Amino acid sequence: MKRSITLQINGKTHTDEVEPRLLLIHYLREVAGLTGPHIGCETSLCGACTVTVDGKAVKSCTMFAVQADGRDVVTIEGLASNGDLHPLQTAFWEEHGAQCGYCTPGMIMASKQLLERIPHPGEEEIRHGVKGNLCRCTGYQHIVNAVKAAAAKMGA
Amino acid sequence: MIAQNFEYETPSTLEEALELLADGAKALAGGMSLIPLMKLRLAVPERVVDLRRVPGLNSIRVAEGQLHIGAMVTHYELESTPLVRRSSPLLAAAAASIGDVQVRNLGTLGGSIAHADPAADYPAALQALEAVIRIAGKGGERAVSAAEFFVDTFTTALEPGELVVEVSVPVEAAGTGVRYEKCEQLASGFALVGVAARVAKKGGKVSMARVGVTGLAGSSYRAKNVEALLEGTTGSAQDVTRAAAAVAEGKEANSDIHASADYRAHLARVYTARALRAALGTAG
Ligand SMILES: Cc1cc2nc3c(=O)[nH]c(=O)nc-3n(C[C@H](O)[C@H](O)[C@H](O)COP(=O)(O)OP(=O)(O)OC[C@H]3O[C@@H](n4cnc5c(N)ncnc54)[C@H](O)[C@@H]3O)c2cc1C
Ligand code: FES
Ligand code: FES
Repeated sequence: MKRSITLQINGKTHTDEVEPRLLLIHYLREVAGLTGPHIGCETSLCGACTVTVDGKAVKSCTMFAVQADGRDVVTIEGLASNGDLHPLQTAFWEEHGAQCGYCTPGMIMASKQLLERIPHPGEEEIRHGVKGNLCRCTGYQHIVNAVKAAAAKMGA
Repeated sequence: MIAQNFEYETPSTLEEALELLADGAKALAGGMSLIPLMKLRLAVPERVVDLRRVPGLNSIRVAEGQLHIGAMVTHYELESTPLVRRSSPLLAAAAASIGDVQVRNLGTLGGSIAHADPAADYPAALQALEAVIRIAGKGGERAVSAAEFFVDTFTTALEPGELVVEVSVPVEAAGTGVRYEKCEQLASGFALVGVAARVAKKGGKVSMARVGVTGLAGSSYRAKNVEALLEGTTGSAQDVTRAAAAVAEGKEANSDIHASADYRAHLARVYTARALRAALGTAG
């Protein structure tokens, strides 16, 4: 029943035996020990579980781990390099883009995707880009500000 | 929310996929509809056949005036590929209006139409585009029109074990105006009502009108009565309103917690008029 999968997570190769029904989010949190991606709704709606697979932002509660076999997964833990936070992480910090922080890992991964596709997004484009991510705390305005600040920094 | 156990297969040819699908297995494309259903155990397939390694289902090409799109092309690819945006701006707009970026990154054209959610976006566009859907089964291939393909709520012309392999739509002629207008159910992004319009004018008159509707009834449909009322007119604001008023005629409108049947019919008239007006605005 179990299958062997081999994938890259944050640049490291992982090989594990998993049941096909194991969701990628459960694999990341419980097998790979990466608890950065959160489980919010478990129903494909909140985006707290967002990671990238081959560079594409996906809701990892709506993908089986076996579907990620042979692919390259990046979680929030993979953004900082050599201890330096990613500009989006710094911007969320500085602009108060996080309150309780529950949505933040997913928000940042979706925002990263947005900035890769639209390096200098306007306010509407930012809101459209994080439409799949819900935040119960901030009212979104500070998140929009954080993404703008990060875009400015990354473009500079 | 854990799915029932299943066998997972990743065939590397279409023949192998069709063989594996023969007895009650489920195809897996983007998983954006199937996986939520499996987690709720509303779908409990014993075998899941992931199509991601099947070659040839990812192509986007133009041949003989038609844009051909492989079943596994994602919503994001449709919305962002210049060839699609140029050749069928209506289809690109429908793709761009789906859900959110994470859903568009994985969800596919073939998966969406095979699932046939009555509130999905593509069906409106495919009806207005008079799309042709190419289907493969163990016994060979066949092609059906969008009008024949969408049968009812979650019901299509697909027989068990068959796969959508390609969808073909006309390369839009210069001067054709197109528009997709949807009233979104805010929490999910699905259409309470969505209307796709294509229009062309000749000598000051509407020479061609095509209207596809989703969300209103059990199945998407082409509103031929609206088209007939608009063709031959000058496409004035009055002509548009009069034609759009007929869009829900003879249809049994859906009613649920998001919108009553009357409200959906009202939305259909309003959004048909909006889509037609916008399409006429760019037709030339
Ligand atoms: C949060 C959220 C919001 C959404 N919002 C919208 C929206 O606004 N508008 C909209 O239209 N949709 C929306 N969707 C649905 C989305 O578009 C799905 O991508 C689509 O319905 C299914 O496509 P898929 O590739 O993910 O298919 P899957 O989920 O993999 O499969 C769906 C069904 O189709 C079958 N299937 C898949 N591929 C084929 C094939 N080639 N041939 C035959 N059968 C096949 C499967 O067996 C399954 O029964 C939303 C989904 C989510 C999770
Ligand atoms: S936990 Fe995946 S979308 Fe909410
Ligand atoms: S900061 Fe609390 S949910 Fe967004």
